[in-house]
Order: sequence, then C-alpha cells, then structure tokens
Amino acid sequence: MDHKLFKKDVHWGEWLIQKALLLAGISSILIIALIFIFLFREAVRFFHTGTPMDLIGKWVYDDWEERNVFTMMWQSISEVPKYSLIPLICGSFLVAFPATLISAVLGIGCAVYLSEIAPYKVRETLKPALELLAGIPSVVIGFVMLAFIATFVQDLFHTKFRLNAFVGSLGVSLAVLPIMITISEDAMRAVPKELRDASYALGASKWQTIFGTVLPAAVSGISAAVILGFGRALGETMIVLMATGNAALVTGNIFSSVRTMTANIAAELGSVAQGSEHYYALFLVGAVLFTFTFVLNLFSEIVLSKMRQKLRM
Amino acid sequence: MSHAIPLRISQLIKPRTRLEEIFLDILVRIFALIPIGALSFIMFKIIQKGAGVITWEFLTQPPLDGMTHGGIFPCIFGTFAITLLMILMALPLGVAAAIYLVEFAGPGLFFRITRAAVNNLAGVPSIVFGLFGVGFFILFVGRNLDKVLQTGLLFGQPCMLWAAATLAVLVLPVIIVSTEEALNAVPQSQRAASLALGATKWQTIWRVVLPQARGGILTGAILSISRGAGETAPILFTGCAYFLPRLPVTKLFGVIPMINPFDQFMELSYHIFIMATQSLDAVKTLPIQYGTTLVLIAMTFLLNLAAISFRVHFRKKMGTVSV
Repeated sequence: MDHKLFKKDVHWGEWLIQKALLLAGISSILIIALIFIFLFREAVRFFHTGTPMDLIGKWVYDDWEERNVFTMMWQSISEVPKYSLIPLICGSFLVAFPATLISAVLGIGCAVYLSEIAPYKVRETLKPALELLAGIPSVVIGFVMLAFIATFVQDLFHTKFRLNAFVGSLGVSLAVLPIMITISEDAMRAVPKELRDASYALGASKWQTIFGTVLPAAVSGISAAVILGFGRALGETMIVLMATGNAALVTGNIFSSVRTMTANIAAELGSVAQGSEHYYALFLVGAVLFTFTFVLNLFSEIVLSKMRQKLRM
Repeated sequence: MSHAIPLRISQLIKPRTRLEEIFLDILVRIFALIPIGALSFIMFKIIQKGAGVITWEFLTQPPLDGMTHGGIFPCIFGTFAITLLMILMALPLGVAAAIYLVEFAGPGLFFRITRAAVNNLAGVPSIVFGLFGVGFFILFVGRNLDKVLQTGLLFGQPCMLWAAATLAVLVLPVIIVSTEEALNAVPQSQRAASLALGATKWQTIWRVVLPQARGGILTGAILSISRGAGETAPILFTGCAYFLPRLPVTKLFGVIPMINPFDQFMELSYHIFIMATQSLDAVKTLPIQYGTTLVLIAMTFLLNLAAISFRVHFRKKMGTVSV
C-alpha cells in the first residue's frame, strides 16, 4: 500500500516537472512573440500623430529656394521634426551589402579551405581561433575601427569623411565572418564523401571536384549562410554606431558618412521623452529593422532545414 | 576506353590548368589567414597600447577628475554583477527548455517551431533587445509591478535587474543550443538502462542524463557569460550609467552586503563606447579607452578559451573527438 501511495506521489511530481519544463520549452517562442507585440505596440502609436507619408518624406518650406521642397530626412530635433526612414534604410544597406559581400567571398573561400583542403591539425587550430574571433565584443571591433583602421582607410582612399560606410562595413564583415564560415563549412562537410569519390574516380582534379561537385551540392547551405550573414550585418549596432559617422544622408557613396537604423536607435533613444512622437518613431525604426532580420532569419532557417531533410534522405 | 569517360566529364566541367589550381590553393590559404590576421591584429594593437595603462590603481580605483584619470573599478564590478544576475536568470530557463526539447518533445511540429524560434532569437539585432527591454521589462512589467505592489518608482525605471533580464533573453539561445547538444551526446542506451531499472523519466534525467551533460552545459554557460559581458546595445537604455559615484550595492536587512539590482551601474563595454565617442576630451582619455578595452578583451578571450578547452575535454570524454 505504501508502495502505491509513493508511486502516485511520484507521478504527480513528474507531471508538474514536465509542465514546468514545457513552460521553459515554449519560452523562446513566447519571447519572439513578445518582442513582436511590444515593438509594434509602440511603433503603431507613431501614426496617432504622424502619417505613413512622413516615413518617406515631408514637404518643407525651403528658405533658400523660397518654395516647398520634398525632403527625405531624419531630423528628429528641429522646428519641423522629420522622420523619413529612407536615409536610415539607405545607410543600413550601404553598410550591410558591402559587409556581406566581403565576408561572403572571404567566408566561402575559408570554408572551402577548412572543409576540402586543410589537414586535420590545421583545421583543429583554425576553428577555435574563429570562435575566439566571434567572441570579440562588437564594441571592441568598433573601437579598433575608430582608433586604428579609420585613419588608415582615409589615408589610403583620401576620403572626405574619416568615419564612413566603408569603414563600418569592414568592421561588420569581421563580425559576420565567423558565422558565415561556420555555416558554409557545415554545408560543405555535409556533402557525402561518395560524391567526391565519384568525381575523383571520373578523373576530376581537386578544384574541379570543388567547383563541379561540392559547391553545387552545398549551394543551399551556403546561400543560407549568406542570408543569415546579411541579417546579422543589418542588425549590427555598436560597430556602425562607432565607425560610420552617423550622418543621416541619402547617398549611394560608400565613402560617405551614413546613419543606419540600428545606430539611429542607439544614438537617440537615450535622450528622448517617453511617449513623444520621436519615441514612437524610434520604435517604428526598430520594428522595421526587426521585420527585415526576422524575414531573413526565417528564410535561411527554411533553406537550412530543407537541406537537412534532403541530406537525411 | 578507360580514358573516354574522364575526358567527357572534364569537358563538362570547365577544365582548369595546373596553374589555376595552384592559384586557387594559395588564394584560399590567404583567405583562411585573414580571420587569424584580424584576430591577431586586434589583440596585438590593444595589448600594445593598453598594457602600459594597467596598474593596480587602474583596476581598483573609481574614475577621477571628470573621468580623465583614475581607474575603472566600478565598471569591472558592474560587469561582474550584471553577468552574474544574467546567468542566474538565463541558465535555469535555458537548461529547462533544452531538457524539454530533447527529452520530452518528439520530432514533430512543436519541435520544429521551437527550433526556428531559438534560431531566430539568436539573430535578433542586439539593439532590438534594447528596445524590448525598455518597452517590455521597464515600461510594461516594471510599471505594472509598481502599480500592483505600490512601490512608487522602484521597478519601472532602468536598473540592473532589467538590464540583466534583457541580456538573459539575448543569451538564452546560446544556452539552449549548447545544452541540447550536451543532452544529445548522452547515449540513448543509458536512458534505456535507467528506465529498465525502474527509474522514472525525471529520475533518469536528473540522475543519469544531466550529470553526464554537465560539461556541455558549463561550456554554454561560460560562452554566454562572455557574450553577455561584451554586449553593449541591450544595456544602453536599460540601466547603464555614464558615471556613478557609488557601487550598486546594498545591505540585505542592513547587514549582509549584496548587489543592488534596483540601482544603475557602470559597465566595461559601455565605458569603452562612451569614452571613445562621447567624452569631452577623447584624446586625453585615450589611455583609459585602451586600458578598458584590454581588460574587457582579456576577460572575454579567457572565458572563450576556457569554454573551448572545456568542450574539447568533455567531447573527448564522450568519445567524439572533433572540435
């Protein structure tokens, strides 16, 4: 009888533990949902005072030209506050595109070396070194860019601004590189050895095998890595805040000073009155940024899981 | 006959000369050297410029003379305090989540959605976590707690508690993923043996699985401490201070000294950012910037190194040798 009682107690306890664990298990889903809700809750309040058109530009009277001019500016502290997202999105992409390009070229090359060429010993040394690089805080990379690289780049290219989108994207590419290498290397190593052997057996050389067999087979994983890297580059905050100069300009010049969405939030949220139009505008920028990265992350997640399924077959 | 097939294949794939192969070989080797070079450059420059600044006074004194002299002790203390609070919140939650995912959830839809959520959470920009900390923790949870508990403005303001909570959310994926990996490494046969001996599922997890997964969980914890110590954007608005004349400590019941989670705090990474970009005389404070960066990078570097060597050690023990 005692035994039965004991067993029942255990079952009750087990049930409770399992439910508690379930709660923890859904925590990440819950947090993603909460981020969605609380970003957009504040963001939509911008439209109590502003219009969707404000996010593109505003007709503002220009004293010089003595007529109304359509301006696309982010100018939160002025007589007529302007909250155009165009310069910020432009800035974000002007940093993230080159950064992704640089880290994709370097990263895929690196991954090819690690997966196809490097001897075991070299691989086992390089991988931890990559992790150490990934572990460097972004504020440190930003500081190094600001203190050492910016002047070097300016002397090299004779740019007008010491801090510009190019310096920022160099820093960001360094931050994105480790994840880019890791994921594309995983994708290449997941390519079955039989495929390589078949290629070699047909007389293909090492590089013919890499270009003709390994890279095509791993293409979905590599593209997932690039998409993910692009998402990370868009979301990088401290490096761009410290190294891009933070002037909100609509420009296509990579050597111009730019202000990204992330840097804009980081620079202004500290000094804004809670509940003001400016405050909601910053949350709106955050919501737009989050939407961008969420879609990119989801997309690469789908590509990766498709690849895993295919390889399991 | 035996030559026919190779010829046809090499006609399909663009034939490359031996020279091109050598060129590509060298090119990827150079590519592989770039991350190492960058890592070495950063470490070398920071050590070169910062080593002279590190003195006993620098590590134990608060900033003096309008932050142009003195040390960074409050920042070191703040970094320790906030990462401690963070790991206290994130570790139980993350480990519990991973246990559920590995031991209870089958490979169904729930598992896939959670998997996607964890991966997505890892890719949320750090500044968005900062906004989330302000919008959710401070303004929603904090303000409402104040209303319910009648505590005035205790919870509803930026403080270490909410900064740590924001960081905890940020490092949660790191802990979940590494714990999952550690749990998966425990052989299924051991679970079966334990269950066959009459142990319940939870007894099996608690007595058989978790002890063996300890190493992997520890690795994840160290990695997330290092990550949390280096993050700046999430704490910009959730509790970090430019300068505080006091340490964020209080006395529990008037006697036992403890970290005050309701106070603001100074922090190493924020200190670097603010000194490098917003101090009144950025040139004059350069030595402090180098010194602070050296302390932070030494800390994260050692933590990461510890995590990596732990993992190598435990994986060897579990029988999988690859890094």
